[in-house]
Amino acid sequence: MQYMLLIYSNEKPENPPAPEEWGKVMSEYMKFTEAIKSEGIMIAGDALKGTDTATTVRVRDGDAMHTDGPFAETKEALGGYYLIDVPDLDAALAVAARLPGSWYGSVEVRPVMMPEDYQSA
Amino acid sequence: MTASAEVARVFREEQGRILASLIGSVRDFELAEEALMDAYERALETWPVRGVPNNPAAWITRTARNRAIDRVRRRSNWRDKEPVLAHLLSLRAEEKQEKEGTVAEVIPDERLRLVFTCCHPALSAEARVALTLRTLGGLTTPEIARAFLLPEPTLAQRLVRAKRKIRDAGIPYRVPPPELLGERLQSVLSVVYLVFNEGYSASAGSAVVRRDLCAEAIRLARLLVELMPSEPESVGLLALMLLHDSRRAAREDAEGVPILMAEQDRGQWDRLQIVEGLELVERALRMGRVGPYQLQAAVSALHARATTAEETDWPQIAALYGVLESMNPSAVVRLNRAVAIALAGDVLEGLRRMDLLVEEGRLTDYVMLPSARAELLRRLGRWQEARDAYDQAIDLCANAGHRTLLVRKRAAISAAQLA
Repeated sequence: MQYMLLIYSNEKPENPPAPEEWGKVMSEYMKFTEAIKSEGIMIAGDALKGTDTATTVRVRDGDAMHTDGPFAETKEALGGYYLIDVPDLDAALAVAARLPGSWYGSVEVRPVMMPEDYQSA
Repeated sequence: MTASAEVARVFREEQGRILASLIGSVRDFELAEEALMDAYERALETWPVRGVPNNPAAWITRTARNRAIDRVRRRSNWRDKEPVLAHLLSLRAEEKQEKEGTVAEVIPDERLRLVFTCCHPALSAEARVALTLRTLGGLTTPEIARAFLLPEPTLAQRLVRAKRKIRDAGIPYRVPPPELLGERLQSVLSVVYLVFNEGYSASAGSAVVRRDLCAEAIRLARLLVELMPSEPESVGLLALMLLHDSRRAAREDAEGVPILMAEQDRGQWDRLQIVEGLELVERALRMGRVGPYQLQAAVSALHARATTAEETDWPQIAALYGVLESMNPSAVVRLNRAVAIALAGDVLEGLRRMDLLVEEGRLTDYVMLPSARAELLRRLGRWQEARDAYDQAIDLCANAGHRTLLVRKRAAISAAQLA
């Protein structure tokens, strides 16, 4: 099954990490990415730019409305994702627990809808 | 036995085993349950006419599998249709050669997979309890709803959502591998203990329903011990619940007012449950891997061994709570340890530990903290402080019977003592 691991964290922490701490976090992410690639379970994964770069679009009655900012203003914002392919939820949860994002923030694990799910839905 | 009584018996006694096996073959909780309901209906139609089959549970399982085949065929677009259908048909082919045997021979025991799946940590605690009782217990949805004081549609909805999450999120139907087993077993044991406590100390609900919940929890723990005989914590939990349950008849007066253990008529304690509980504690501790349930059972065993309240080995109980606190330093464990230390003779030390919990702002809405403090203050003759602590406890107490007891204790502090 495919699972999306959505990484949420506080974009503007009260005590932002020092540059050398950032370096450590980055290398942890790189190690994680390399590991799941070599295990053959990674489909995709990216970090996103901050929510101050986000624009939200809604089309109503044919008119596009644009709002500066994310869909919802929350303390913890979506900051990146990994898309993985593993046998079941236990395996996905184990990968999520290895993801550095789950050590500093939260990782939401969501199964991806596949063609057969659309049929039975 | 009439046909309908026999159907009811199969439902109560064999439901878990049949359902566990069906889910294993159809890989879908809802489909398995629907097929099983079909099979019960079929039994109610045919058994009165043709007689009850030699092995009713096997008959129900076989019929349910056939109904599942029909249902899968009808669902043209069902996911995994082909592999599930092929598997079910191969089971049917095997069955043709099967002779009539006992339930154990005919239906493979897959209940452990079912237990772990129902108690998966990706489900909410409420959903785990409801699902475990519904699938492994012989309780109907209305019975569970009544026991937890929930509207039936709320509980039914909770069950549906849990079953769909198991399917849609890909929760595996299996006994977890060794690296996950310890953590997952904790989740299973806590579900069973929650069911027991709901029955044992619920603030509401009829006595009969509450007794049923305790019996159900004990039955589930027996099942776990049977399926995993070398897990000492399962054995410890069963012992703990039996020892608690042995005091049921003695712990309330006729008006439902609780009687403290020190004042209970120990002649009313259930000796059979005590004997079994004590044996199980010994058996668990001999396995040499001590854990929180075993320690609590060992405490309960020391109470059970004391023929009078005065003979209770409080120093030993205090020591056991010390070990428990080192494993699980929760505020409730710290409070229990403080009580044991006080009753072992050091009332001031017990009180000091309780005051520390108050200072730390722990257990602010837990009635047992002010009521235990009140008791110690009373023993120390600090009447005014004792009365204030009883007042706090009375304010927090939601259980009518317990409240009555606290009001009586408070009233027993006389004006002369306060003067």
